[in-house]
Amino acid sequence: MSVPHALLALLTGGPKYGLRLQQEFESRTGEVWPLNVGQVYTTLQRLERDGLVESDDGEGERSRKRYRITSDGDRELADWLRTPPDLVPPPRDELVIKVLVALQVPGTDVHEILQVHRRHVIEIMQRYTQVKAAAGEDDVALALVADAELFRLEAIVRWLDAADVRLKQRPHLAPVEVAGMPLEPTQKTEVSQ
Amino acid sequence: MSALELRQVSKIYGSGPTEVHALVAVDLSVERGELVAIMGPSGSGKSTLLTIAGSLEQPSGGQVLVDGVDLASVSRSDQAQMRRRSIGYVFQDFNLLPGLTAVENVTLPLELDGTRARPARAAGLEAMEELDVSDLADRYPDELSGGERQRVAIARAIVSERGLLLADEPTGALDSVNGEAVMRLLRAATKRGVAGVVVTHEAQLASWADRVVFLRDGHVVDQTVAPPGPESLLAAGDRR
Repeated sequence: MSVPHALLALLTGGPKYGLRLQQEFESRTGEVWPLNVGQVYTTLQRLERDGLVESDDGEGERSRKRYRITSDGDRELADWLRTPPDLVPPPRDELVIKVLVALQVPGTDVHEILQVHRRHVIEIMQRYTQVKAAAGEDDVALALVADAELFRLEAIVRWLDAADVRLKQRPHLAPVEVAGMPLEPTQKTEVSQ
Repeated sequence: MSALELRQVSKIYGSGPTEVHALVAVDLSVERGELVAIMGPSGSGKSTLLTIAGSLEQPSGGQVLVDGVDLASVSRSDQAQMRRRSIGYVFQDFNLLPGLTAVENVTLPLELDGTRARPARAAGLEAMEELDVSDLADRYPDELSGGERQRVAIARAIVSERGLLLADEPTGALDSVNGEAVMRLLRAATKRGVAGVVVTHEAQLASWADRVVFLRDGHVVDQTVAPPGPESLLAAGDRR
């Protein structure tokens, strides 16, 4: 999430104080992306330094300053909206590596490893869906934020499902099952953000 | 007492070398007010579990209890009555009868059970009202969109206070937003005190459930624990 551009976007609606910007940012992202007020002021300072926003007076207390977007800020925002995000995946996905490594470890049931991660990802999805369910159908901004996370997580589940089927079709790749192996993650997997 | 309880339920199709164990010693309890999703790959036994839970099929072994009543202990005609009165079904292809209007489809299980036309229609309209489709009551299925048809099918499943709602891939071919609307409705129905079981292979739809149960090769292999609540996501966001 680009906080500077989000703040520029909020300022297109007219001049605002830092605290108001923080509140609007959180309400528009469905409070899924919290932002502390210190981060807002630091970002505004940088935007002002770069000439993308300007404030009412130069020297006052930061909470009393009202910020407005400049014409350079408008151009920067318009360019950013049209610049494709970096969609090239990270060179090493931790989950893929874990599964590939699991295939090499004798006595490891890869299907059980896949299931541990599947359950963990679906539990995170349940939490995002709770956010959406609690907010009601009219909160479009929140639905868009939650959908973005849900689709990303769903892609991970689909990959786990596909891995399950592939390894079942080629059992010689999957090491033998070990009875009594606990179905608990040894450490929570950080699905790549 | 659970609205639905499966105890060591098994199902075997065929015999000898062609024998297939569709379900193996499955235990599952679903409470009123709870929505449970069953996930698993093709052939894992999801749909078999649902048809056995709904008494549309007999298990090869084990017990199925609906509201504490062991289905094996009641006659076939009493089972049929139970299916009409206590259990609502939602199918992938909606299963609406084309020659009946929407409200006639909704009231069909009541009328089959001997409810007279007028009170049946009143109950049907009430269920349709809950799903926001009462204005479509007198239209025929082919005059409705896919989303509207599925709402009518859900109204039929919840008409007249059924305690158990069973749904097999209930979002069918709907797009993700309309599919989500269906899941909201099923969730709302369970929050009003119905026990719901949804079979799906889609993780997004399953995430609407209070609990997700995973099936593989006829076995329950795992289930989610109760979600800790959305505030935990905010804590995760702070680390970014």
